[in-house]
Amino acid sequence: MSASALLEVRDLSAHYGRVHALKPTSLLVNEGEIVTILGPNGAGKTTLLRAMLRLTPSTGQVFFKGKDITGLSTHRRAEEGIIMVQEGRGLFGQMSVRENLTLGAYTQPSGTMSMDDRLDKVFALFPRLKERINQIAGSLSGGEQQMVAVGRALMAEPKLLILDEPSLGLAPRVATEIIETLGALNRKGLGILLVEQKAPLALKLAKRVYVLSLGRIAAELPATDIKSHHDLAQYYLH
Amino acid sequence: MTSPSITSTRSLLRTLAPVAVVLTVMGIALMSSGYVVTVIGFAAIYGIFCTGLNFFMGYTGQASFGQNAFACLGGYGSAILCGGLYWDPLPAFFVSMAFSGIVAAIIGYPTLKLRGHYLAMATFALGLITYEISIEWVSLTQGYMGYSGIPPLGVGKFELVSEKHQLIALTVILLVGIWISTRLRDSRFGRALRAIAGSEPAAQALGVNVARYKLLAFVIAALYASAAGSLFAHFIGFISPEVFGGAMVVQSFTMLYLGGIGTTWGPAIGALIVSMLPEFLRGLKEMQDIAYAIILVSILIFAPRGVFALIGGWFRPKAKEGDAP
Repeated sequence: MSASALLEVRDLSAHYGRVHALKPTSLLVNEGEIVTILGPNGAGKTTLLRAMLRLTPSTGQVFFKGKDITGLSTHRRAEEGIIMVQEGRGLFGQMSVRENLTLGAYTQPSGTMSMDDRLDKVFALFPRLKERINQIAGSLSGGEQQMVAVGRALMAEPKLLILDEPSLGLAPRVATEIIETLGALNRKGLGILLVEQKAPLALKLAKRVYVLSLGRIAAELPATDIKSHHDLAQYYLH
Repeated sequence: MTSPSITSTRSLLRTLAPVAVVLTVMGIALMSSGYVVTVIGFAAIYGIFCTGLNFFMGYTGQASFGQNAFACLGGYGSAILCGGLYWDPLPAFFVSMAFSGIVAAIIGYPTLKLRGHYLAMATFALGLITYEISIEWVSLTQGYMGYSGIPPLGVGKFELVSEKHQLIALTVILLVGIWISTRLRDSRFGRALRAIAGSEPAAQALGVNVARYKLLAFVIAALYASAAGSLFAHFIGFISPEVFGGAMVVQSFTMLYLGGIGTTWGPAIGALIVSMLPEFLRGLKEMQDIAYAIILVSILIFAPRGVFALIGGWFRPKAKEGDAP
């Protein structure tokens, strides 16, 4: 295991009934690194993330900061500092923006930082949320909902932030705004694992790319090696 | 734009209005005949039961068709301890609650691994099993004949002999129950329960121990149900298996959905409406049941999230200009 490894996944494998959705897969995210997983629809990207967090039954091993967390349940992995922004945002639509954000700090012991200070840190990144603080989250626009989802994840002070298609359903301008915010967070040292279908957007950020196809890692390569869709297509068709 | 003073006035009204409604109804009952006191007393007991059920079904978004089992445990617990073993009502009340809580924890631990319809069926079976036991274990429960000779509520030598005094006690217990529910709903614990109702995977991914919180909500609901069962036994002085049968489940669901499932005051408001409505319609004689059904269905059509959610919306601060719809 690398000395600077933040997350290491070894031979993670998952089934949906008889379908082998994720074949033995290994990957590594180092401290302070942004890694992207690219792949077409049905490649197994979301299954891989869900298996990492034990939201889906799986076999294989998961290490976080050198510690074997394979046996830990999902909520214990969150306590360790692995926080995921789920596909579709996973917001609690009937709760207000404030309640959603407050739930983000669920794992944080009281007394370390006041809730208002935590909220202010999120508002510094997404000022629009301050205006919407008492609004029901389900009534926000798609972009604002994604901001709440990312803001809620940040309330937990994650060591590793995992995002499952954060640009899904967003206008290009809003998606770019979210990606730029993630870049700013990474420059402050936050490790990020980003799953995306929109390769150009993800490649703006990532240094290293895993290409997932048909439930297995088809390639691991530097982001600079991918110049066009054509470069990816050869792996998708692998 | 809504000014802060208007917002705080609305918020205050939203808090005080249901208290005023409950106290007004209880006040009217206290000035009325014994029959009205009995009807409103039942409403208060059901209000307590449904406030507890709301933890599990409303806040946490789970299904339980078997909460009557814990009302049965509380009712028979108080009946046997007070009527048979001559305990004081208060310790019998708390011992029955503790017993129900332990049983709920033991049964809930494996059962709550189920979801959706499977959980509903398992909890339904729980109610049926308790019902059968209360019929068949004649030496303990006196079977179909029911258990009589249960003393009224009281502490030591002080007994609430009059029905009106008992109604005051029931009102206080109901208000305390709702106050606890309100405080817990807005706490870290309550937010975790509501997160589970929203999305279990999302709640887990944020660090919420979903299995533990579902079990806690189930146990809290059982504690309230047990309290309601005990209070029924002391209020009427008699219980039988039929009191805690399937009709109780249907009745409590109607109250919960009509009043507003997931809201703090909805269960109590629903209990008052469902208990009082047949009395208002009594003059319609053979048309009474039809009118009752039409009114219930109409309320659910025009207030699908319940009466309290509808009324609460009137006092909720308006969205600011430019806010998304």
